[in-house]
This record gives sequence, structure tokens and C-alpha cells, in this order.
Amino acid sequence: MTRTHCPYCALQCAMDVSPGGLISAESLCQKGWTAGEVLRAPDRLTTPLVDGRPATWDDALGQVVSRIQRVRAACGPDCVAVFGGGGLTNEKAYLLGKFARVALRTSRIDYNGRFCMSSAAAALRRAFGLDRGLPFPAADIAAARTVLLVGANPAETMPPFMRHLRGPKRLIVVDPRRTATAKLAGTHLQITPGTDLALALGLLHLAIADGLVDTGYVASRTSGFEQAAAASNDYWPERVERITGVAVHRLREVVRALARRPAIVLSARGAEQHAKGADTVTAFINLALALGLPGRPGCGFGTLTGQGNGQGGREHGQKADQLPGYRDIRDPAARAHVAAVWGVRPEDLPGPGPSAYELLRSLGTAGGPRAMLVFGSNPAVSAPDASVVRERLRALDFLMVCDVVPSETAALADVVLPVTQWAEEDGTMTTLEGEVVRRRRAVDPPPGVRSDLDVMCELARRLDAPGEFTPDPRRVYAELQRASAGGPVDYSGIDYDTGGVWGGTRMFQDRFATADGRALFVPVRFRPAEEDVCADFPVYLTTGRVAQQYQSGAQTRRVRELNRAAPGPFVELHPDLAAQLPVADGEVVRVTSRRGTVTAPARITATIRRDTVFMPFHWPGANLVTNPALDPMSRMPELKVCAVRVEAVGENRSDRQRHGRRPAGG
Amino acid sequence: MRIVVIGNGMAGARLAGDPRLRHAHVTVFGAEPRLPYNRVLLSGVLAGTTQMSQLTMPLPEGVDTRFGVKVTAIDRAARQVVAEDGSRTAYDVCVLATGSEPIMPAMPGIELTIPFRTLDDCERILGRARGVRDAVVIGGGLLGIEAARGLAMRGIRVTVVHLAGHLMERQLDPAGGEVLARTLAGLGITVHVGVSVAAVEPTRVLLADGTAIEAGLAIASCGVRPVTSLARAAGLAVERGVVVDDLLRTSDPAVYAIGECAQHRGVTYGLVGPCWEQAAVLAAHLTGEPLRYSGSRTVTRLKAPNLELASLGDVHADGETVTFSHPSAGIYRKLVIRDRRLAGAILLGRSDAVGTLTQLYDRQSEVPAARESLLFPELAAGDVAPGPAALAGTATICQCNAVSKTRIRTAWLAGAGTAAAVSRETRAGTGCGTCLPVIESLLGSFEDSLAPVAEAG
Repeated sequence: MTRTHCPYCALQCAMDVSPGGLISAESLCQKGWTAGEVLRAPDRLTTPLVDGRPATWDDALGQVVSRIQRVRAACGPDCVAVFGGGGLTNEKAYLLGKFARVALRTSRIDYNGRFCMSSAAAALRRAFGLDRGLPFPAADIAAARTVLLVGANPAETMPPFMRHLRGPKRLIVVDPRRTATAKLAGTHLQITPGTDLALALGLLHLAIADGLVDTGYVASRTSGFEQAAAASNDYWPERVERITGVAVHRLREVVRALARRPAIVLSARGAEQHAKGADTVTAFINLALALGLPGRPGCGFGTLTGQGNGQGGREHGQKADQLPGYRDIRDPAARAHVAAVWGVRPEDLPGPGPSAYELLRSLGTAGGPRAMLVFGSNPAVSAPDASVVRERLRALDFLMVCDVVPSETAALADVVLPVTQWAEEDGTMTTLEGEVVRRRRAVDPPPGVRSDLDVMCELARRLDAPGEFTPDPRRVYAELQRASAGGPVDYSGIDYDTGGVWGGTRMFQDRFATADGRALFVPVRFRPAEEDVCADFPVYLTTGRVAQQYQSGAQTRRVRELNRAAPGPFVELHPDLAAQLPVADGEVVRVTSRRGTVTAPARITATIRRDTVFMPFHWPGANLVTNPALDPMSRMPELKVCAVRVEAVGENRSDRQRHGRRPAGG
Repeated sequence: MRIVVIGNGMAGARLAGDPRLRHAHVTVFGAEPRLPYNRVLLSGVLAGTTQMSQLTMPLPEGVDTRFGVKVTAIDRAARQVVAEDGSRTAYDVCVLATGSEPIMPAMPGIELTIPFRTLDDCERILGRARGVRDAVVIGGGLLGIEAARGLAMRGIRVTVVHLAGHLMERQLDPAGGEVLARTLAGLGITVHVGVSVAAVEPTRVLLADGTAIEAGLAIASCGVRPVTSLARAAGLAVERGVVVDDLLRTSDPAVYAIGECAQHRGVTYGLVGPCWEQAAVLAAHLTGEPLRYSGSRTVTRLKAPNLELASLGDVHADGETVTFSHPSAGIYRKLVIRDRRLAGAILLGRSDAVGTLTQLYDRQSEVPAARESLLFPELAAGDVAPGPAALAGTATICQCNAVSKTRIRTAWLAGAGTAAAVSRETRAGTGCGTCLPVIESLLGSFEDSLAPVAEAG
């Protein structure tokens, strides 16, 4: 038995894995218990594929290099793009950023975490000077008197986290659906999709009106309160009620509960995956600051990081504008430090590149990348407006995908390289609490597969990259430590084997990570969803997860037990909406937005708003409909709300999952 | 483009602050010598539930403000606005946002009353309220009731005198007005309806039916009329308000009117919602966006603590009506439905239904067949949480591991008698552990009753 951690979410539950892939652990969710089956996936990739045919590693890597060189010769290094993932280990995330900047000399690298944590990250850095999802231990949550969960459904997205929510005297959940989490809450605010920002402004307005502001804390630990307060003046409760659909008396109840410390405010993707996600998180941070929560024992503001290495993955340089240690790629001092570690000249490092969706949208266009290398991501399913993304992936001269199984993105690739997965490899992951944990090799990988690190190093060698590239995770980590040393996020003091929490488990007790040590209120204003409902598209679509699937489903859709429990996509809708269509439970409905159409069986439940339908995004389909409008600050797409039309298709179930038809003029 | 806005109230300030106009040269005249403030929240200030600082509506930098300067004329021929200080300000676009003024009915002693309209009025009332024990509010409309509630919260005995047969007669039907009066009585506010005030004296108010009410303070809240004198003098078309078309244009295409002074399709509005919608449409129009104003949906929301009232649309309209009345609990709910759309609604008393109803009305979405689910959202099926014993066999007990009640019963039948044993057998409770108590109670219910579990689906 070898101690390692679950391959899925940011909780990174500890588990012991036998050489045969059997799992034992204290507590896991169903995904965790069945993770061993992913190791034995029947369609596991074990041979490199070139144009869909098996090839030797030497041939495949040779292909990759020659295609990269051809593209580079034709249109320069920026014509090669790199796309990473929030599930990659710290070492892979770090080496991928280095590989892109040093071996490929491209600025065009970003990753799927842009679709996850970017809004929260932007807001946290703006307010606190630092982006740590949970700047306090999750165990503090259980001791809080009040917990406000905004757009989070941990009962299904990270079930073991629910142990922390059993404790609070008062749990308040903000969600358009009465989710499994909301059902456990004393107060559920069933908010109109896309209006969380107005809710936060209204709560701040009420906190000020009711004299609940912690003036001593505001004076000693923050700056900018007056401006943020003035920006909330326009959001009196009755107006907020009309925007959000949340009754005034509920607003009062919530703000009073939050003013009773210890209280904690937590946001997640439901509030963040919007074209105003960064401002929404900022508004909730403003509320938490006004009530004196961040940095106070037992209190605080946090965001629930989703992906397995969502925290570490956003710290070490696979982001378009970032170098290791959460350094800013525009900062000359940061460039000099990292260039020295990498053995290159600072002026040889490229500048910032476009964000994930902008990158994907530009593939194969004039001036856009002609080739792309994908590691640990499945953007053909997970990106918004996915039919455009698929079209762009197809328009590339060359696409390479490293993956464990033949994902939908791998199916479009010219070269597919089979790589190791969680229990077959070593490395570190950083949990949602900021704890660096050790992933250990418990199982021998199938013959023929190599690690992502091997692939990067071998490609770097063949491309005559300057500096040193090593595939040994321990040595990569040591280099990461040097590269991050002195940066906003500094891993130099955290041991590879014993781990630890960078910057301490309870941050901001004495000062925030801003220049003056004070948290910053930022005035924000509400703006409506990019697409509001109208006569042609009268219903909101929101997307999310189910308990038995993960991300784009590349892993979990290959586990029998999980597929039995959650066999396919569905459209969740209210009985009143169903009656209007009309459609019965299980019948197929068609969901159409300005971008595309998807069909799936109806799942009728009174737990969702009448004006909203929900689709899980684990299967190809939901993202054909979602809106790629971007947050101006975080570049987060508006995955959580768009306007759709819902129609009954009739009994023809073979119609299911017919995708990608674009309405005329759409 | 030079835009001159006359009026710094809710409409004028909103327009001047619209980000679309940031490249225009905007001048705002205001009769009141202060920064724009949010009139809607004045009743909160009166009640002590809103901070004074929350009234301010900051204008963006670059807006030329002339506060405390009265405009005396619009010289349309010269396209200039003439002010009392002798200045003439040239415009390409002139916007009238002069608002409305309180109606002060002719009666002896009316000069002893204070209207409730401006921040000045509010401060005067607060100044006087400190020394009095009794007050009368003349007029039982929205503002009058908000003022009454505000004064009552300061410990003053308040009487509301209302000429019409029931309170808020435009927003409520008679039954609703009665329930409101009853609720107000519970909050220490006496209501007289169907009677006029004969005279106001320094220490009392005399009613037409001979009643005399002690009152050291009298507030007049008898409605408002649009301020149209400038428009009239300038020769613009004026009826009840300044007549505007769907672009908010007056009879002079260089002069626009928005807010409470404007009359659009025969309607003048007295709520902030329409004022802001008009300001947004005008800002869009002035910057070349093809938006038109087609009228507003009105939602009246009483803003007073422990007094929940929402009135939507036309509550007197013909159509299918659904009502629920429970006067002793202060509850009155009414829906008026026409063509399967909500034409009007009254919600009196605390209810979560208010958000849903407002949005159904705003969007004119189809009303569900089960009307009661709208009036009583708490009874919606999704909220019913049966005890473990009553759960269906397919009900998921352990979310983390997707274990159904039937699966647990199967394990129990096979000999798993404790939660720990069930966990070992089924993995239920091995995630967050939240369901372990439920499993315990399920096991109890299996023991108690050996009746088979209902197999749903």
C-alpha cells in the first residue's frame, strides 16, 4: 500500500493504493472509491498515435518536433500554442510554463483553470494582495456560527467537504437550484441566475443601513471603504429584490446572521463563472470586509477551488500572464529572477499572451496559432461555445494531445501521446486549503506510457532548448522552489516529501499581502447578464456538476459504477415549465441558444426556478450552448448563464445529443 | 455634444451619471443647493433605518454642476438655458427633469403642515419630531404611510387621515386597504379613511366629520403634480406633464423630458423605476443606440420595517383573480391574471413569493396553472422533506456515494444491523459522514416496521 491522494477534486483526500490499484481510505466519495477503475480503463492509451495510427515514441516525438519547427519557420514562435490544465501536478504546471517560454519561446500558453478560478483569483489579489482559495483551514468552517455559500454545491461537487458544513449554526446557500447542499441549509436564496453581484451590493447596503459595519476593523485593517459604500447606495433592498428575486426580508435575515461572528463567506463557480465574476467576488469580499471577517480568527472570505490542483496550478506559470511563484510576467524584476533560474536572458522571455478562450478562438485564424500542444485538458468539451472551439481545433495545422484516454480533444489530434496518471506517478498537488501534498507512485504504469514531464523534456531536448530540463519530479520541484523563492507565492520552504502550507494555514491575521498591509475595498456596480432572457430565448440556462462525474468526464465516464449512477446528460426543469412545453419526465427536449443546440432527456423537478434550466457539463453538449462572453478583468467566460429556448422534441430519443446546429443569423 | 439637464433629482442625476454620456459635455442645474440624493430612501432616514451617507448619488467627474441655481427660462430660439444668476448656457440637447411638487390642498392652516418630498422636508420633520408626542399624516398613499411608519418608529403616536375609501387606493383594492389599516393599527398607527381634513391648528387637526386629533406635527402627503412651468413658458406641449414621444422628445426635437415631469402615452410616473428606465433610454438615444421607450411596468414596494407590501401593475384590472386573505395575520394576497399573464398583484405581509411574482410581471411570462404555488411558494413540492421512514426506496441517502434507501435496506436484511456495518457494506457514510444519523434512524424504522419499502419508479 502506498499513501497518495485522490485524482479528482481540490480536497485531495488521502488514500492508500495497492500495487494492484485497490483503494483503502478513511473517507471518500464514490468517485474516489472507484478511482482505481480509471487505472484499468479499457481504452487506456498505451501507444503514441500519429494520424490515428500506432507509432513509436521516437517517430511520434519526431513528428511533433518537425511540425513545430515547420510552423515556427513559417510564422514565428507565437504560432505554437500550449494549453494546460488545473489537474496537472505542480511540477508539470511549472515545467509546462517553462517549456512554453524557453523551449517554444511562445507567449501563447494558458490553461483550463481560466474557466475555473480566474475570477476569484483576480478579485482575491485585488483585495488581499494574494490569491489563496481558503486562507484559513476548512475546519474553521465547522466552528462558524454563520456560513454563506454563494454558488457552491459541495454536496455534489466535493462531497467529503460537507463534514465542514455540518457544524455551522446557520448555513445560507445562494443558488438558482435547491441543490443537495441547499436542502441542508437553513436559508436558501433561490436567486435569479447572473444577479449575485446585485445581491452582494444589496447586503452591503443593508449592513451599512443597519449599522452592522465593523468600523474599528474597517478603520484599522482596510482602505477604500467610503468609495465601496457609496457604490452600494444605489442598491437598496427593494431594488435588489426586483433584480435578484430574493425577498427583502430574506436579505435582512442574511445580513444579520452574517454579522454574528464567527462568520464565513465562501464563493464558488456559480458566482464566479460570469462576465462579471471578478466584480461579483469583489462585492462579496467588500461585504466580508465591512463585517470585519477576513483575517479574524474563525472568520473569513474564501473560494472553493475545484480542480485537483486548482490552487497550485494557478501559482506556477501556466497562466498567460504569469511566471512561477505567482509572479507577473510584465514585471522586470520577476522576469530577471525567473530567467536566471532558467538560464536564459530576461529579454528572451515572451510577454503575456491571450487568455484561454481568446487563445482557443484564435487557433488557425490569420495571425493566430497554427499548432497547439495540450496537456491534461479536454477543451473540445469544457470550453464555452464548444462548436466554435472544435472548429478552431480542426483549423490547426497541427494538434498534439497528451492524455490518459482518448478524449474528445485527443480525437481531433494529429499526434496523441499516452501519459501516466495519478497513482502511476510522483509529484505534488496543492489543495484548496493551500496544503502541498505528495502524490506517490503506487502502481506501475502500463508499458509504453511516459509522464508529461518526460514528454516536455524530450521535446525540449529535440528543440535544442537552452537551460536544463529534467523529468525527475523531485528535481523539478527543487527548481520550482528556486523559481518561486521571494515571489508572491513562495514554495522554497516547503519540503517535497513532507509538504506543508505556504504562508501558514491562517493568513492575514496581522496584515494583508498588499503593499500597505491593508485589505482594499474596490467599488463595483451591478451589470446584467450578457444575455438576458427575451421573447425568443425566454429561459436561463445554467450549468454545473453531478456527484458521480468530474469535469469533461474523460476519467469518470470510464467508470462503470459512476456511469450507472449518472449515465448521461439531462435537462433539469421545473414542472411548470415542463407543463408549458409540454414535456414529460424523461422525454427529450431541445435547448437552443444564439450559438447552438443540444438535446437531452428532461428531468423534471420543482427544486429549480421556473425560469431556469440546468445541464451538467460532463458530457459533450451543454457547452455548445453556453456564452463565451468574457470578464474584462479575469477573462472568465460566462459559463453560468445564457438565454435559451427549450422545446419538446417528441418521442424520438435517437435524436439525443445531436449537436452544433447554429441557428441562422445567430 | 452639449447636454443641459434641468433638475438634479432621481431622473436628472441618473442621466448625468450615465456612462454612455462620458464623452458629452453635460451641465446639470439643480434648484436644491446640494449634491443629488436618493429620494427613495428618505423614508428610511425618517425611520432611522438608512444612514444619511447612503442617500448620495455621486456624479462622475467632468459633469458641470450648477446646484442651487434656478433655471428661469429656456430660450429655444437661441438654444440657451437662462438661469436666475443671469447666465445663459448653450445646449445642443436640453433635458427637462424638473420632477414634481407636492400638492398642498387648500384648507385653513395648511401652512402649518410640512410636505414629505425633499431632504429639506425630511430634516424639518425630524427637527420637529423630537418635541412632539402625536402627529397626523394627511394622505394615506405610499409616501404618507412610509412617513407614518417612520414617525411611529420614533415613538410618536401617528394618525393617518385619508380622503379615499381605503388606503393606497391606486395600489390596493378595498380588502387589501383594510388589511393594511389593520396592520398599521398593530404598529400603533391609527387610520381614518373616507374623511377630509377641515383645518390644521398648531396642536391639533380637525376633520370634516368633527373629529379633533391631537397633533404637534402635521405632514401633508396628498400627492404630487409634475413641475411644468418652464416647459409651458417655453411653449412646449404640456398636458398633465410635459408631453414626450417614444424617444422622450418634447414638441421641440432639441428638448427632451424625463422623470416625473414627463408624460408618455398619457401616463406620468411617480416611481424611481420608470425614471431610471427613461434616463437609460435617453442616454442610449443621445449616443446613437436605437432604443425606444415604450412605457414602464410599475412595482410599488412599501419601504418600511415590519410592513411588507408590494403592489404590481393594475390591481383593479379585469381578469381572473386569485385571492387569499388572512387579516388577523396581516396577510392579503391577490393575483389578477389576463391572457395567462400577470396583470396585477398585491402581496401584503411577509412572503418569499414577492420575487417570483415581480419577475413574472416584469417579463410577462406565462403564469403556471397551479396558481396557489405562486401565492404559497413554501408549499411547492420541492420543499417537502419527508422523514427517513417515509422516503421512497430510490431516495438517495448518501450523496457522497449515491447509496439509495433500498440498498441500505438490502444490507440491513443481509445482516448489517449498525450504521458502521451498513457503511462497510455499502460505503454509505464514508464520505462526509453527514448521512450517518439518517442511516441510524432508517435502521430504527426498519426494525420498527417490517413493512416493505415502497419501490418507486
